[in-house]
Amino acid sequence: MNFLESIRVSLRALRANKLRSALTMLGIIIGVAAVIAMVGIGNGATASITSQIQGMGSNLLTISAGQSNSGGVNGGAGSSVSLSMTDVDKIAEGSAVKAVAPLSSTNAQVVLGSGNTSTSIIGTTEGYEIIKNVTMARGRYITEADVNSSARVAVLGPTVVENLMGDANANIIGKNIKINNVPFQVIGVTTATGSTGFQSSDDMITAPITTVQARLIGRKTLRNILVSASSEDLMQTAQDEITVTLRKTHKIQEGKDNDFRVQNQADMLATMQSVTQTLTMLLGGIAGISLLVGGIGIMNIMLVSVTERTREIGIRKAIGAKSGDILMQFLIEAVVLSILGGGIGIALGYGGSSLAGKALAMDTSISVSSVLMAFGFSAAIGIIFGVFPARKAAAMDPIDALRYE
Amino acid sequence: MINLKGIKKIYANGDIKVAALGGVDLHVGAGEFVAIMGPSGSGKSTMMNILGCLDTPTEGEYYLDGTDVAKASGDDLSVIRNRKIGFVFQGFNLLPRTMAVENVELPMLYAGMGGKERRSRAIAALESVGLGDRIHHRPKELSGGQQQRVAIARALVTKPAIILADEPTGNLDSRSSEEVMAIFQGLHASGNTIIIVTHEPDIAEFTERIVRFRDGHIEGDEKVKNPRKAQAQVLEEGVAE
Repeated sequence: MNFLESIRVSLRALRANKLRSALTMLGIIIGVAAVIAMVGIGNGATASITSQIQGMGSNLLTISAGQSNSGGVNGGAGSSVSLSMTDVDKIAEGSAVKAVAPLSSTNAQVVLGSGNTSTSIIGTTEGYEIIKNVTMARGRYITEADVNSSARVAVLGPTVVENLMGDANANIIGKNIKINNVPFQVIGVTTATGSTGFQSSDDMITAPITTVQARLIGRKTLRNILVSASSEDLMQTAQDEITVTLRKTHKIQEGKDNDFRVQNQADMLATMQSVTQTLTMLLGGIAGISLLVGGIGIMNIMLVSVTERTREIGIRKAIGAKSGDILMQFLIEAVVLSILGGGIGIALGYGGSSLAGKALAMDTSISVSSVLMAFGFSAAIGIIFGVFPARKAAAMDPIDALRYE
Repeated sequence: MINLKGIKKIYANGDIKVAALGGVDLHVGAGEFVAIMGPSGSGKSTMMNILGCLDTPTEGEYYLDGTDVAKASGDDLSVIRNRKIGFVFQGFNLLPRTMAVENVELPMLYAGMGGKERRSRAIAALESVGLGDRIHHRPKELSGGQQQRVAIARALVTKPAIILADEPTGNLDSRSSEEVMAIFQGLHASGNTIIIVTHEPDIAEFTERIVRFRDGHIEGDEKVKNPRKAQAQVLEEGVAE
């Protein structure tokens, strides 16, 4: 009997038992759908985190103050207050550096007339505009002159304007707001970026670093220095330059640890991606287990089916079916079940991950490789878990099989 | 057609050996219509299995249609059964949920015959047993006698060297039994070799030769002087029902 006839015989047997065939497939359907959906959601999460990190600024290096270590007590990252405006000026001289911006921040209560809100205040220089690709909706950004003269001027995020005046588009330019009772003149409003949550660029006030240090924080030290490298290729060069410069200005002796830390955006990206990829693999792995359970379900049903159809096997053998014909028939039944289940599962998983993507507002992506993998995997499961029942069927003695009640 | 020489079948159950057949010689010529009779335990079922190449003898020679099949095994026996033997069983043994015509096609399917020829030969075989109007019925939708006629159509569709029937009327009422025997007599008349295993003497009377088994040996082998003629008109009623 040729292969095509074997397939037709198997399909006929599956059609004869529609409900059981459907229930058997269910295990594979759920397994494959889970794998596809989980991997899709995982890929979506990776893509969304990647774009978030890239949105933090282009070719960004973040310098943080290092750890203070006095008398064996380690204060943790940022506990040392080693960064200063002198460092900023020195770093700016570097050849691979496009822009530098110091960063001091605090939280403060902001008042305008009857409106008031609590928000974060960023003290920085004009370099921040370049590094963070800040765009202005109205007015202007802080300038070098503002910084040098410690001008009491402020640039507001649209959310702050909305919180103070009830409308993000309200005319606020030139008005005086009070930040911790210190009057600041509003000189500009940034465009909405749509970012939300902690440290949203829409819900913050930017002011010259000199003013913030003198009027609001009362210290001259910096929390961070942000650096934008001239190009992506020069990130490492810039990082090396900064390290050398800061070791020199901080007078760190040969062999001693840095009292600062330079973080590369690419490093952060790689770290976050490895985290999300591990999560994806974890989710996929759990879903894979359900696929395995589905496969065992197929084997279970096929074994029941072989026992139940013992007499049929006997008839087929008596009238001339070879062992190979019987083996093929049952193996194809198992493979058809698993492949059909796999196909339906892929469709369901695709739908499921699209729905999840809409619900979580991220782009889920189903890669061709994961579809192929799921399909190949379900076919393999059909063969692996189909062989045992099929061999059992093929090995039956026709006399015993015919006598079976 | 069939030549058995010193056929022995010994079943070993631990240390105890039971001889189901203790050296049987039998010759059945082409075109004969033979009944094998005997009480249960006489070895007639074992004989049937060996004749049908479902089982092989422990000892002895078995020539079927000129070829020695006593030493064949596994898939070779499948091929021999497929080409040379048509089976009719007591319990009909049709595939459930499968149309009559597909049941009849089954042996040709395993012989590797093309779909169109298979279908036309199956329909012709069903017509020859008076079931031309039942080809798309499933076994459940057919009476016992009709199911057995489908089984006969399946047995003869490959034009086998012998048709073996194991208690073909065992599950049928007397009217259906006669209609089935009428078909066998018709097949015999057109030159087929038929062997029927039965324990009913009145069924054996439709055949031309009765071989009696007892305790694994042939006890008697005689011609039937005046074979009873099965009533053909009963068949017509059966079709109409």
